[in-house]
Amino acid sequence: MNNRLNIAKTYKLYIDGKFVRSESGRFEALQINEDSVVVNICRASRKDFRNAVSSSRKAVDGWWARTAYNRSQILYRIAETMDGRKEQFLEELQCCGMKTKAAEKEFETAVDRFVYYAGWADKFQQLFSTVNPVSSSHFNFSLPENQGVIAIMAPISSPLTGLVSLIAPAICAGNTVVCLTSGNASLAGITLAEALHASDVPAGVVNLLTGIESELAPHFASHLDVNGIVYGGSDSHISKQIEVDAAENLKRVKIFLNGDWSDEAIHSPYDILQHCEIKTTWHPIGT
Amino acid sequence: MNSHILNFYTTPIVDEIGVKERVARLNSRSVKKQSKMAALHLALSMIDLTTLEGMDTPGKVIQLCQKAKYLHAPFSDLPMVAAICVYPTLVKTAKQELEGTAIAVASVATGFPSGQTDLQSRLAEITYAIEEGADEVDMVISRGKFLAGEYESVFEEIARAKEICGKVHLKVILETAELTTLDQVRRASEIAISAGADFIKTSTGKAKTGATQPVTLVMLETIRDHHLKTGEKIGMKPAGGISDSKTAIRYLVMVKETLGVEWLTPKLFRFGASSLANDVLMQIAKQKGGAYQSADYFSKG
Repeated sequence: MNNRLNIAKTYKLYIDGKFVRSESGRFEALQINEDSVVVNICRASRKDFRNAVSSSRKAVDGWWARTAYNRSQILYRIAETMDGRKEQFLEELQCCGMKTKAAEKEFETAVDRFVYYAGWADKFQQLFSTVNPVSSSHFNFSLPENQGVIAIMAPISSPLTGLVSLIAPAICAGNTVVCLTSGNASLAGITLAEALHASDVPAGVVNLLTGIESELAPHFASHLDVNGIVYGGSDSHISKQIEVDAAENLKRVKIFLNGDWSDEAIHSPYDILQHCEIKTTWHPIGT
Repeated sequence: MNSHILNFYTTPIVDEIGVKERVARLNSRSVKKQSKMAALHLALSMIDLTTLEGMDTPGKVIQLCQKAKYLHAPFSDLPMVAAICVYPTLVKTAKQELEGTAIAVASVATGFPSGQTDLQSRLAEITYAIEEGADEVDMVISRGKFLAGEYESVFEEIARAKEICGKVHLKVILETAELTTLDQVRRASEIAISAGADFIKTSTGKAKTGATQPVTLVMLETIRDHHLKTGEKIGMKPAGGISDSKTAIRYLVMVKETLGVEWLTPKLFRFGASSLANDVLMQIAKQKGGAYQSADYFSKG
């Protein structure tokens, strides 16, 4: 006979390297299986988002100042840490309705994505840098640098692979991110935050919020201190409004409506370039 | 006659827990919408934009003065900041740059920030700052003497500084982080006020901690007690570490609740700060436009 009581986990937001409840005190109940087990998940407010952005902003310079090799090591470390928590991830993916096989594929693809981008972290700059011909006595070269703070709205359909496919290229390029996961996807999302927390990822490089997409999208898109926004959801009204609001400060917008996240073709070094600014330098010859 | 002899050994003791609870209670006040907008504008008008670094140059001070004159071009209804606060050698530069505006120039003096030099040269520094054109002088007290219990000599140095200042505003910096207890803060405040300070100011910004709310509340209460006794109005200036609007508004609530609306003016209340102005401007822009702001769109202070 087992008299031990279940210990229900509190799923909290991940802001500035800390697990916190929403400042609004709001939460949503999620029924995660047929036995009516209910989990309470924080419902982030616009102020939580604001706090997350200031944390990401603070973290940008330090993250970019690290060597590309070190960013690579940390991305690989995330894959290692995730792999050690396989059981937990699988359980949570099944909670949101995935079959065992599908959950396993989802998990493995997600881990592989981190390995993939870990490999690219110290290579993409040389690949995308160019020496440009100019008609004066200058060396002229262009190279990609980080953009800053990227806001990410992750898909519900692919709780782990979708989220990782959006986070990994952005932080690989030396950016910091604020992500939103919604609905059932929040469980695996927050567990990913725990893996990140245990993987030498500096505070603020990834901030993870759980909440309602339609409520937070206008704030994600209009915040003037956000440099780029990626929408991975499935609502074309929201994606359109994001494009309109993002125009205010010329955020770079990338929309994946109903993307197939398990597809190998979805990851590529061009996704890293998407999150870069190109800097061109003119250097006089022979002086 | 005896009642006229000041005795700083018997100043009131402060209930530290009570002060903290009062601060916490005042912090729970919610200031929204029009009141928030009014508070933000008021806070802006009370700022002493400050630069007190060893590496300050005339160029840096000119930049700061430009910031003071043109806070944020897109908004036409912004108030001016109260003053620019610099080292004595840079007063002339600031004065020239601010000619024709209502913005005052404040100078720190008397061996800022430690005050550890002889009285003659400290007083000479005040004379120099005033000759250079300072409208306000921020002096430091000798914390060493104060902590050794030599209250008369601290009184003496402030009184002589005030003598030199004459009509020039004298702000007395207590450097509360070094006074260790709220009892000492109360005592130092009483000494400064009775020696003729126009303003009392918490910190130099060079110690481990700057202004805190409990310390400010104790100083405000000293000002209130003095006002009740004599009718005189002494000003207050918290400085150091106040960098966001939310904190600034909390200070304003404390002032209003302790001293009343009469003190909600730059003549009697100032913030010593370098980065507060931009945060207030960003909050005003947020209130007007709805979107969260980025420091990229505001000039550097």
